[in-house]
Amino acid sequence: MSSIISIRGLSKTYAGGLRALGRIDLEIRRGEIFALLGPNGAGKTTLINIICGIVTPSQGTVTVDGHDIVKHYRATRALIGLVPQELTTNAFENVWATVSFTRGLFGRPADPALIEKVLRELSLWDRRDSMIMTLSGGMKRRVLIAKALAHEPKVLFLDEPTAGVDVELRQGMWQAVRELRDSGVTIILTTHYIEEAELMADRIGVISKGEIILVEEKAELMRKLGKKELTLQLAEPLGAIPPQLAAYRLTLAAGGRELVYTYDAQAGRGGIAGLLRDLGAAGIACRDLHTTQSSLEDIFVDLVHEKP
Amino acid sequence: MNLRAIGAIYAFELARTRRTLVQSIVAPVLSTSLYFVVFGAAIGTRITEIEGVSYGAFIVPGLVMLTLLTQSVTNASFGIYFPRFTGTIYEILSAPVSAFEIVVGYVGAAATKSIILGLIILATAALFVPLRIAHPAWMLAFLVLTAVTFSLFGFVLGLWADGFEQLQFVPLLIITPLTFLGGTFYSVSVLPPLWQTVTLFNPVVYLVSGFRWSFYEIADVRVGVSLAMTGLFLLACLAAVWWVFKTGYRLKT
Repeated sequence: MSSIISIRGLSKTYAGGLRALGRIDLEIRRGEIFALLGPNGAGKTTLINIICGIVTPSQGTVTVDGHDIVKHYRATRALIGLVPQELTTNAFENVWATVSFTRGLFGRPADPALIEKVLRELSLWDRRDSMIMTLSGGMKRRVLIAKALAHEPKVLFLDEPTAGVDVELRQGMWQAVRELRDSGVTIILTTHYIEEAELMADRIGVISKGEIILVEEKAELMRKLGKKELTLQLAEPLGAIPPQLAAYRLTLAAGGRELVYTYDAQAGRGGIAGLLRDLGAAGIACRDLHTTQSSLEDIFVDLVHEKP
Repeated sequence: MNLRAIGAIYAFELARTRRTLVQSIVAPVLSTSLYFVVFGAAIGTRITEIEGVSYGAFIVPGLVMLTLLTQSVTNASFGIYFPRFTGTIYEILSAPVSAFEIVVGYVGAAATKSIILGLIILATAALFVPLRIAHPAWMLAFLVLTAVTFSLFGFVLGLWADGFEQLQFVPLLIITPLTFLGGTFYSVSVLPPLWQTVTLFNPVVYLVSGFRWSFYEIADVRVGVSLAMTGLFLLACLAAVWWVFKTGYRLKT
């Protein structure tokens, strides 16, 4: 799959000396949903703002669909839609006017039918004549999405798009995002709801202290870094782990009534079979067992904490 | 050239004026008209003519200029400061528009509003005082040039300001006193020689003088000098705007 965004050696140090980005190299593939995860202050918004033209990079280059964001800013910005993290809206404008304004600002001819379609899809049609200041936080967030979609972008940046949005609305928004992706729009999202990234993304990038520390297919990431735990409920409690089982990473829990085996997802089921055989040989009987797999959130926390 | 973007910014700014019609149009027209009532119809008849022009008519160009200057600065500064204040400036900065197009949109809208106001005030003045315009084309030229120049100045102010107080500071504490002391209510020639010299350092003198010349063919300074000084200030404002966008001052980090 070809890249739609190529970032090479990008760095940003603010005038006050704050180094927000180190040397970032990153490729965003055409038509994917790319989730950029990182703790607060990691550099996610700075990276997005540089690509969109809001922040000036200190070094490096970014191309969008082959166009340099500085030399050919008109071409690149016309391709990009941005939903910012903050709820920044023109409070005294109505919904229709502000969404139409964005389309004009991006040099596109007026298209009332398209604006109507966008507003209907985001459940804003009934509030099209309402002043933005009268809308709820979730509606304002959807207005920002409508504005970003008004000029039919090929790349959509969603910077914490579901912050402050209730669960039902959030699910509706993600459905709309999936449909956009299916229509060929590339989506880059940042979110604090890691389960959303797990649910939505094709690939995950983790940024920490201004550096990309990992980019991976989501499924591959889960496979590589996900940990599994097998919990065995024992027929009789154990006082200690027998020496012949020392080769396994076992811990006792629930007062000796449970034996917990932690293994990498990559190890597959071979380790479990061996453990069960060895347990039988040691005369340890089990009443029940269940497995759990670490979530993307666990993986993310592990990654960020590992970085010095 | 992204003409649609210019049109979008221009229409957006004028829509703001329509939403606040009383504050934007009615209030300045009413407050300026009070001068015509007081100095034109009431006190003006007891003040001697100045170079053959009744006092009420004499002050009209200066008062129009006062409104034009303050409104141009206020409109343009507020127009660009408000998106900075609310954060919606992100949209302008991330759009495929050049600095030139942004300036044309904002400054064009601010100047348009000021010019409309100036013309309404002139029409209102004609109801109270005997108004004549010797050089309508020059009158319009001065009106447009001044509105554009001070809208540019306001745009720079809106980029520089860190708060609403700073936005108000320039129109209220600089522009208004300079206009009152710039020959709006009197001819500079009636001042003692020392003060005549001091007055020539006030840039508004050149604007009022040139504008008044287009009405009554009387001027405190030669009309060519007025034009040159206005043009010079226009160039200074253009240079400031160019520098702002080149460096990203107060716009980009």
